[in-house]
Amino acid sequence: MAARLQRAAFRSQMRIPARGPAHAAFFEHGSVMVNSAIDMTGNPGRRQSERTLWAKLQGNRNWLGFWYMLPAIGILVLFLAYPLFLGVWLSFTDTKIGRAGEFIGFENYEWLWDDSVFWVSVFNTLLYTIVASAAKFGIGLYLALLLNKRLPFKALIRALVLIPFIVPTVLSAIAFWWIYDSQFSILSWSLRKLGWISANIDFLGDPWNARWSTIFANVWRGVPFIAITLLAGLQTVSPSLYEAATLDGATPWQRFRHITYPLLTPIIAVVMTFSVLFTFTDFQLIWALTRGGPVNATHLMATLSYQRAIIAGQLGEGAAISTAMIPFLLAAIGIAWYGLQTRKWQQGGSND
Amino acid sequence: MTSIDAGRRADTTDHSDGMAYLETVPSRVVTTYIPLLLILIVLLFPFYWMALTAIKPNDQLIDMDKVSPFWTWNPTFQHIHKLLFESDYPRWLWNTMFIASCATFISLVASVLAAYAIVRLRFRGAQTVGALIFLAYLVPPSILFIPLATVIYKVGLFDSPLALILVYPTILIPFSTWLLMGYFKTIPFELEECALIDGASRWQILTKIVLPLAIPGLISAFIFSFTLCWNEFIYALTFLSSTQNKTVPVAIVNEFVDGDIYRWGSLMAGALVGSLPLVILYAFFVEHYVSAMTGAVKE
Repeated sequence: MAARLQRAAFRSQMRIPARGPAHAAFFEHGSVMVNSAIDMTGNPGRRQSERTLWAKLQGNRNWLGFWYMLPAIGILVLFLAYPLFLGVWLSFTDTKIGRAGEFIGFENYEWLWDDSVFWVSVFNTLLYTIVASAAKFGIGLYLALLLNKRLPFKALIRALVLIPFIVPTVLSAIAFWWIYDSQFSILSWSLRKLGWISANIDFLGDPWNARWSTIFANVWRGVPFIAITLLAGLQTVSPSLYEAATLDGATPWQRFRHITYPLLTPIIAVVMTFSVLFTFTDFQLIWALTRGGPVNATHLMATLSYQRAIIAGQLGEGAAISTAMIPFLLAAIGIAWYGLQTRKWQQGGSND
Repeated sequence: MTSIDAGRRADTTDHSDGMAYLETVPSRVVTTYIPLLLILIVLLFPFYWMALTAIKPNDQLIDMDKVSPFWTWNPTFQHIHKLLFESDYPRWLWNTMFIASCATFISLVASVLAAYAIVRLRFRGAQTVGALIFLAYLVPPSILFIPLATVIYKVGLFDSPLALILVYPTILIPFSTWLLMGYFKTIPFELEECALIDGASRWQILTKIVLPLAIPGLISAFIFSFTLCWNEFIYALTFLSSTQNKTVPVAIVNEFVDGDIYRWGSLMAGALVGSLPLVILYAFFVEHYVSAMTGAVKE
């Protein structure tokens, strides 16, 4: 209430110099002060006599805030927070599909510890995340710098660049599946025609080929997001900084290193956190392209947990694999927080 | 060689139109247009290939040596015809659209209320709730689908579109709330104060002053949310089982993939038709889409 009173007082100060309807302004100001005074008395009996309980609650921002937040918080608690904890709990049980489980301690984790397929999936996930994120960052930043120049049809080009991000991942993955086909791949055909290879490449049949093919598809899908968000960041950098640096004799690399990069760091931190997070927990691309094959060579932790939990019915074990992803998730969130803090600090630490 | 190298380095860091005169035309071609063209070709080729495959006759699909595979002079609509009239595809398309619309609507309502409360009501703990909602954005479906499957099963929503309609908002609300908070902050406080002084309730202020001013933000949030729903895969794959109820991405992967050597035409037609609604929507609202994407990151 105090905040509102303060604001009303502030308003009145603003209003007083107004020449026009000075009388009306004064009147309004006065009535607000009266209302506020009633609120300030802190005498419930008197307040209730003047305002109904409903009106009082309506004026109470905490009470009102509660109702406004209810739908969002309700959904998030029911279908996000609760399942998050339920998942951790499930990982300590031997729940199967159609049968409630009992607490078995760390048995699922011990089982996974000795499971070579699980470790392959951890290795794949890290490889996939690190290689794909690094490539996405490099290409995305390069593309953003290209798009930030003076170009003809800039808006059209930017719109075209984003298309891979619009089209549902699974549908573009299906297109990649066809491009990677072992018999009719257009890539193999082109390379054969160019005389670079003699036989078709088995893109998805060989473990390492499959890993690189899926990583490529992921990079292809992720680059537009990074490029466009970094471009938005680049556009906020004032050109006069570059001009000043150029006049002072800064080389192009110095301009990038000491102007572009520092000013872009916070947005890079946030964008890359999202990118790393979504790459790390990727499911649909792998599922559409290889389903973890050949011989589990491309299983990520997410696809393996689906395989174990839903297809094999071992919900507890699948949940343990999911839960094992959480530490990585927390690390990424830590980085995001750090990035946001840096940004706040750069902008002068305002809380809004 | 040296001059080209120097030109490239100058180019990659030059963001101002003001200094563009420093570059020569040949260096612009080498350092800007050629790399850009290459990247664009790589980014767009899969769609070209998808569209081309969808209208190619079957014999040309598996015999690439007789005619050039990169073009066809005999486009056919047999794949698309098969898709629309001999499969459940229209039904899947309808499911996807229905689920995406409902989930987006629910999320938008919840997000508008939440964002307004956090930004303008400033109830006790508003900042903390805002931060928590941001954190919710970072919880990926991949670690939630197993426990959620058990919840969905327990409440009897398994294989029902309602399951997805209720669960998708968990992905959409954090994003939309964060986006709308940014928009609401840009609306001058004075407008609301005037209305408050004139005796308007918070609800009237929200519906009559704030929402009309935040329409660009609402469109952005709507489009982005709708696209996310359409794109969602793991929940739809886990929670839906009968062919009738599936969404397009799940149905394409599960129902269209058989051992048939001629499956590619209809598969690509399915992918193409499934992408088109989003691409068309996107074409009309590019700017909103971009601002949604960058807004959520910048705020």
